[in-house]
Order: sequence, then C-alpha cells, then structure tokens
Amino acid sequence: MDLTLILFIILAVTAIATALGLLISRNAVYAALFLVMNFACVAIFYLLLGAPFIAMAQVTVYAGAIMVLFLFVIMLLGAEKLPKGDVLPVQRPLAIGAAVILLAEAVILLVQRFQSTAMLQAPGTVENSMDSLREMSGLLFTEYLLPFEVTSILLLVAMVGAIVLTKQEKGTRG
Amino acid sequence: MLLSETTTSPLFSLVPLIVFLPVLGLLVNMIFGGRMGEKAVGAVASAASGLAFVISVLLGIALWTGGGEATVVPFAEWIKIGALDIPWNFRVDTLSVTMMLVVSGVGTLIHIYAIGYMHEDVRFKQDEKRYRRFFVFMNLFIAMMMILVSGDSYLMLFVGWEGVGLCSFLLIGFWYEMDTLGRPSWANSNAAIKAMIANRIGDFGFLIAGLTMFWAFGSVQFGQVFGIAEEIAAAQPGIILAITLFMLIGVAGKSAQIPLYVWLPDAMAGPTPVSALIHAATMVTAGVYLVARSWPLYSLAPNAQYIVAMVGAVTALFAATIAVGQYDIKKVLAYSTISQLGFMVAAVGMGAFAAGMFHLVTHAFFKALLFLSAGSVILGLERGHHHLAHHNSSAAAAPTPPKDGHTPAGHFGSPSHHEEEVFDPGDMRNMGGLRKRMPVTFWLYIIGTLALAGIFPFAGFWSKDEILLDAAKLHPEIYILLAIAAFFTAFYMGRQIWMVWFGKPRHAAAEHAEESPKVITVPLMVLAGLSVLGGALNLPGLHTLTRWLEHTIELAEHEVHLAAWLQISWGGLNPLVALLSTVLALLAIFISWLIYGRKPLETGQKDPLKKPLGFIFTGMENKWFVDEIYSVVFLKPYAAISRFLADVIDWRFWHDWFHDKVIAGTYQWISRTVLDLRVDQQGIDAFFNGLGELTKRTSAGLRRLQNGFVRSYALAVLFGVIAILGYLLIR
Amino acid sequence: MNFGSIPLTYYLVLSAALFTMGALGVLIRRNALIIFMSVELMLNAANLAFVAFARQYGVFTGQLFVFFVMTVAAAEVAVGLALIVAIFRTKHSIDVDQMSSLKG
Repeated sequence: MDLTLILFIILAVTAIATALGLLISRNAVYAALFLVMNFACVAIFYLLLGAPFIAMAQVTVYAGAIMVLFLFVIMLLGAEKLPKGDVLPVQRPLAIGAAVILLAEAVILLVQRFQSTAMLQAPGTVENSMDSLREMSGLLFTEYLLPFEVTSILLLVAMVGAIVLTKQEKGTRG
Repeated sequence: MLLSETTTSPLFSLVPLIVFLPVLGLLVNMIFGGRMGEKAVGAVASAASGLAFVISVLLGIALWTGGGEATVVPFAEWIKIGALDIPWNFRVDTLSVTMMLVVSGVGTLIHIYAIGYMHEDVRFKQDEKRYRRFFVFMNLFIAMMMILVSGDSYLMLFVGWEGVGLCSFLLIGFWYEMDTLGRPSWANSNAAIKAMIANRIGDFGFLIAGLTMFWAFGSVQFGQVFGIAEEIAAAQPGIILAITLFMLIGVAGKSAQIPLYVWLPDAMAGPTPVSALIHAATMVTAGVYLVARSWPLYSLAPNAQYIVAMVGAVTALFAATIAVGQYDIKKVLAYSTISQLGFMVAAVGMGAFAAGMFHLVTHAFFKALLFLSAGSVILGLERGHHHLAHHNSSAAAAPTPPKDGHTPAGHFGSPSHHEEEVFDPGDMRNMGGLRKRMPVTFWLYIIGTLALAGIFPFAGFWSKDEILLDAAKLHPEIYILLAIAAFFTAFYMGRQIWMVWFGKPRHAAAEHAEESPKVITVPLMVLAGLSVLGGALNLPGLHTLTRWLEHTIELAEHEVHLAAWLQISWGGLNPLVALLSTVLALLAIFISWLIYGRKPLETGQKDPLKKPLGFIFTGMENKWFVDEIYSVVFLKPYAAISRFLADVIDWRFWHDWFHDKVIAGTYQWISRTVLDLRVDQQGIDAFFNGLGELTKRTSAGLRRLQNGFVRSYALAVLFGVIAILGYLLIR
Repeated sequence: MNFGSIPLTYYLVLSAALFTMGALGVLIRRNALIIFMSVELMLNAANLAFVAFARQYGVFTGQLFVFFVMTVAAAEVAVGLALIVAIFRTKHSIDVDQMSSLKG
C-alpha cells in the first residue's frame, strides 16, 4: 500500500460518507455542509489526477460560490426542515431498489466490461505547474472558442433569468 | 391556296379588330350603358359596328393593292391536343372581306336605324335596360358574324355559326314575354325556340360534316383541307359527297332552305331591325357563304352540287308561292327572303359561286331596305293608332301592355277584355293609301321592290339575271324553277305595293299614319342608294366582283353545249335571258295591278285571289300547311313517342319497376341487412367502438401515471436509465 | 502495482457510487434545495469520471468539459434557486410533493 492509495481510500470513504450524509440529513443546512465537504474531497481527487485548475475552480465555484448561494437561500427562506409525512410511501423503497440496480449495472459495466488495467500516476510538479494551465487556456480559446462563447451567453441568460424570476412586481406581494 | 408572306400589308394585322371592336362596344354598353342614356348606348353600338366597317374597308384596300392574295393572320393558339392543332387564325381573302363589308356596312346602317326604331317600338316601355340589352345583342351578333366569316378553319366558322345562332335566338325572343302585338304571351319565346331547334338540326349536320372531315382529312383548316381534297376525292369519292351533303343540312338550317326553313317566318317575332340584319341580310346568308367557302369540296362532288342547287331552286319557288298568300307585311318579306336565299343556294350549288355571292350582296342591300321600310310603315301605323287613341280617348282599342313586363305569367289565361279590338300594325289589310301619309318611306319601298323584282337597272336585276343565266347554261330545269320563282317574286311584291301604298286607307290608323324621323329614314336612303347602284359591283362586261372573288374561288369553265339562243352575248349579258326575266317581272307586276291595283281592296274584303284560285290560295295562305304537316308527321309522333318513353318506359318500367324494385330493392336489402347490420354495425362499428373503448380505458389507467409528483417522474427516468444500461449489459 | 498510482477503475467506481447516491437523493428527498444539491452531486460524479479519463489519455479535453459543466452548473443553480424562491413565495413551502397541480 503506498501513500497515494491510502489517501485515495480515505478520500473516497469521506466522499461517500458525506454523500450519504447529504442523503439522510434532515436539516438542509447540514446537507449543504456535507456537500461542501464532498466537493472538497472531489477537489483533492482532481489534484491527484493532475488537474490543478479544475481543483481550484471546484473549490471557488462549487464550494465557495454555489454552496454559499445555497446556504443563503436556505437561511433566507427559513426552510431548513420540512414537516414529516410522505405522500408517496412507495417512492422510497422503489428508489432505493432502483439505485441499487443502477449501481450494480454501472459497476458491472465499468469493471467487468471495461476491463481497464490503466493505472493513473500521481502527478509530478510538471503537471501541477502553470504550463498545463497555459496549454488548457490555449485549447479553450482556439478549438473550444465557440462553446466558450456560448457558455458566456448562457451565463448572461441565467443571470437575467434569475433576476426576472425573483423580481417582485408591485401588487403581487403577499 | 399558299400564303404569300411577302406581300403582307401591315393593315392585315388590324383584322382582329373587326371582332374585338364590337366586343368592346358591347362591353362598354354592358358596363356603363345603364348610366349613359339611350342615345349614347345606340351611338356606342353603332360606332363599334361602324369602326368594324372602317377596318373592313381598310382590309379591302390592302387586299386590292396586294393583288388579292389570301392572307392568314395568326392570332392565338386555340386548341392543341395531340395531333389536333387548331389555332385561331383570321383569313383575309376576297371572299371573307366581301362578307365583312356586307355584314359591318349593312349592320352599321341597321344599328343607326335601330336607335330610332327601338325607341318608338310600342313594346318598348322606356325600359332602358331592354334598350341597352338590344344593342349588346346586336354588337355580339356583329362580332360573331365576323368570327364566322373571318375564321380560317371550319371549327372557327362553327364557333361563329353557333354564336350567330345564339344571337338570333336571343333577338327573336327579345320581347320574350309578349307576342308581336305586345300582348302577354309566350309566342315570341316559342318562335325563338323554334328557330333554335330548326337550327340545331342543321348544326347537327354541319357538325357531322366537320367531324367526318377531321376524320378523313385530319384537319379542319381551310388551307389544309382544300389542299388535299383532290387526293381524298380520288381515293374515297364517297367521303366528299357525305361531307358536302351533311354540310347541306347545316346550310338548310341556317339559310332557311327546305325542309328546315320553317323557323324563318316565325323569326319575324323579333324587332324589325333584327329581321333586317339577321334574318335577311347577314346571318341567313351564312349558309351561302359556307358553300362558297367550301367550293373546292363542292366542285369535287357534282352530285352534291346538283342536290344543293335543286334544294335552292325548289325552295325559291315554294317560298315565293307562300309569299303570295300572306297578309303580314313582314311575313311576305320573310318568305321572300327564303325564296331569295333559294336563288343564292341554287347559284352556289350550280358552281356559280360569284353569281351567288353577288346576289347575296345586293340582296343584303335591298332586303334590308325593304324590312326597315316595313318597320317604318309599322311604326307609322302605330303612330296613327296612338294618335287615334289619344283623340278618341278610348283605351279599349289600344293594345294595353302588361304593367309588369317581367312577370307575364300572371296575365296568362286571364281573358283580355280588349282581345277583339286588337290592332295589328303589320297586317296589310289594315293599310292602304299610305303613299300620301308616308311619302319618303313610300319611295324607298318602291326602290326596294323594284330591286327585288329584278327590274332594270336596279341591283336585283343584275344579280338575279346572272343566276338565271348560269342556270340556263347549266341546268335548264333549275332555270325554269327559278324563272317561275322570279315571276312570283315580282307578283307578290306588286301585290304588296298595291295593298300597302295605294287605294284607300282600310283602317283609321292608316288614315292618321305619320312619317318616320330622320334617324330612321336616312339609313334607308343609304340602303336605297346601294339598292339602285349595287349592280355596278358586277356589271356584265366588267364583272368586277367575279374578278375580285376569283382570287379566292377558281371558277371552273363550264364546258357545256350551249343552245343556240344562249350563245348570243353582250359582254356576258345574254339579252334573251335578261329580256325574258324582265318581261316576266313586268308581266307579274301588271297582273298584280289588275287584281289589286285597279280595284283596291275595301275594308274587310277578302283577297280577290281567293275566289279564282280556291283551295290553292288557301294553301298559300296557310303556308301549304307545312307547319301542320310537320306537326302531324314529326311533332305529334315525337311527342307521343316521348310520352310513351317517358311514362311507360322511363317512369313505369325503368323508374317504378327496374330502379325502385330491382336495383333499389336489392341495393336496400344488401345495404340494410348485409352491409349495414352485419358488416357495418356488428363488424366495423363494433371493432372501432371496441378500439375506442380500449383507448378510453387504457388512458384512464395511464392517466394515473401523470400524478403531478416530480419525483415520480424522476423515478421513471431512472427506470429508463436502468433499462438502457441493462440493454448495454446484455447486448 | 506502481508507486503512487491508482487504477482508473477505482475512480470510475467511486464516480458511479457518487452518481447513484445523487440520483437517490433526487428520488427520496422532498426538500427542493436538497434535491438540487443532489443534482450537483451527480454532476460532480460525472466530472470526476471526466477528469479521470483525461488523466488516462493525457489530453485536456476532459478537463475542458469539466470546466463547461461547472459553468452550466453555476447557471443552473442561479436559475434553479430563483425558481425555488419564486415558488416559495406562492406556496410557502419548498416541498416538491406539494407542487403537484399538473396531474392528470
């Protein structure tokens, strides 16, 4: 067992545990905090996989911006908890069963059928240097310029949409 | 027959205007006529016809300067189906231009006359729409007649032929809701229908001729047909004979020859200008034109020619005898027209195409003159009658017209209280001594009469003499028939003159008759001038018209052995023939004077011929009972057969038994019992109802899936994902 | 086993597990906000697989995809949260089971 594998296992367990926490925590604030933890684990995986820029983006965008937004909304609405009672009693067992099947199918597909023997080397200093970022930016502004620009339009639209949706018109309050 | 492209004058391109100017006139009258007033409507119609005449004159000049070669002016593609290619081409040659000049020239004069006449007609009750309609029809007639004479194919000719037939129908029945005296009746309508049906029989013959021609020749265009006529005649002589004889049926219908002439006397129900234009001067000569146009075919079928000539000659004599016994001034002229058409048909039948056409032209002049003058006389008498009615203030004698001209049916059957005193302004027995009251019309009438009777030097003398001369040369028996007919012609015209103009007035209305206005007499004077000078068209020695027509019609040299007395000739005028016909005419007029002039008729006196001739005169008076014979031989059996077919065969057998019982019964059984109940209700309906029920139930069940819970939908999506992954697994 | 290296399969299985749990969260939670978070979790699982493959093949395309996914996720969260706020204003609840007016 080398250190990398140990690190992987710890992180993987943490990630799964925080995901489970998200699943079962009754309080939405806790759920959000579990998710932040999960995102942090994933960010470290990104570093392990030689993607420092993505890892940074994961921390700032997801753990930073998005989750703060979530917490903000939770606090704003005061809807941490929902009253008990489920109108769909069959939903939960069915969903769990389906999820188990899905996981089984996915694992069989990925492990047995894929039969990958590839080993992912932990990155050295070269991969985690700024060179990779430069190369990636080059790709982003040459080959993927069109998706990049479309993304900017998408963000603009989302921004306008969010404003329009939450805007309270006069007389409709209450 | 080849077209000469090189000498085509630009004037020839004007030829479509002869059709479209009258069409333009009628459109203007149709659209704006309601607001223009009578005078303007008449002026537009006359101008349209007059401009067509101007175009015709220009065409004539172009043809004259161009050497008289026939020119075909393509106008439009018309029918093009497979091998059948019939364009609408205009044919400008000496024959068609002659016809155009006559049609538009005489037509224009009659249009002008009609402006005055229609206004004064008793039946015209200030109904401006009627007035406009009359001129629309007249313009339409001119247009159709132009299509007839200018068409370059038998089919185009047939279009015009049917078109003028339609106009004839419309104009005979112009006062459709009354009879000739203005009383409510369907008499005029019936006359129109009679004309239509008689013409239909003729048109049927023409149609068969045309179809046979297309079948045998593969074309109906003049140039192509005449070009291969000789080949066809050599190969199948029967074809030409059949075509020409079927065409004769058409000619008999349109040009009122035996046996289809019966419609023309009844056609006098139309307004007098119509009688003059359509039923004397132009339309009825279409048959003559057709034979003249088809000269290459007739020249190849001598038997057909002889039959045509014989039909014409017999008609000429037969109609002339009937004319002697008539009392109605227009009826006399109508039978005279039939008789004169017989002359023309006989002439073209004998191959004397130029003589026939010559008589056609002069006849158009003097017969139009006579008809229009007769119309003037009738108007004069009506004026006198009107005058009387006003002075005596006795409405009883006046032919009270129906109040509402559009619904005559309500008046029918109700006994008219003024029936016994109806005054007929066209009855010659009501006339007499009119020469003092209507001097202008009198002199015009005399000119027309002399021209018709064939007195030197009036137009009729020259043209009739030419026909008689040709007949004498070719067929003596036809000559005899025609000469007797000419004698009768002079006799009945003399009788008419003495009865109408001389003696004492036999009716108060005649006593107070008044002369017609200038709008009526001036066109008559022009026609009178033409009737006097018309002979100059084809004077013996010059034969202008014959030379002119020779560009179109190659007149065969008659190689017959001439009798000695026929060989004398003064430049084409045989003195003996001319002398004989003149003597006959003068003799006839003298006899008529002996009978009618020396001792004028008194009021209520019977015709002096009735006693000496007895039943013969009764026959003449009653048109030899031809209408009655037709009625017994054709109409009654036809009606009986129709009734039998309609009642027994169609109604009882076909309808009641076969259709109702057999077909409908079987059908109903099949449809009700088998198809409706078993197949439709129990089979198809049940199936589709079941299908509908199934769909309904299924959807009612499926509806529950749409439960509105987004998580359920998400679960369904997950099931889908599982299914897809499963498929990938087991693939 | 090489030093400092982890089989690709591990990452893929982890990714599948996270994805399944995200999906399960969407299915069993009634709180709209948590459902949203679960969606984010699923996106992250997918991102992890992308980056792992990018590492295996030594190309940047996978990372770029992650980049785009993140942007889309940000946009989605902005609009989604706005929707939740709007719904809360009218329904006074963020329980998705109460939003079931559109049923057949």
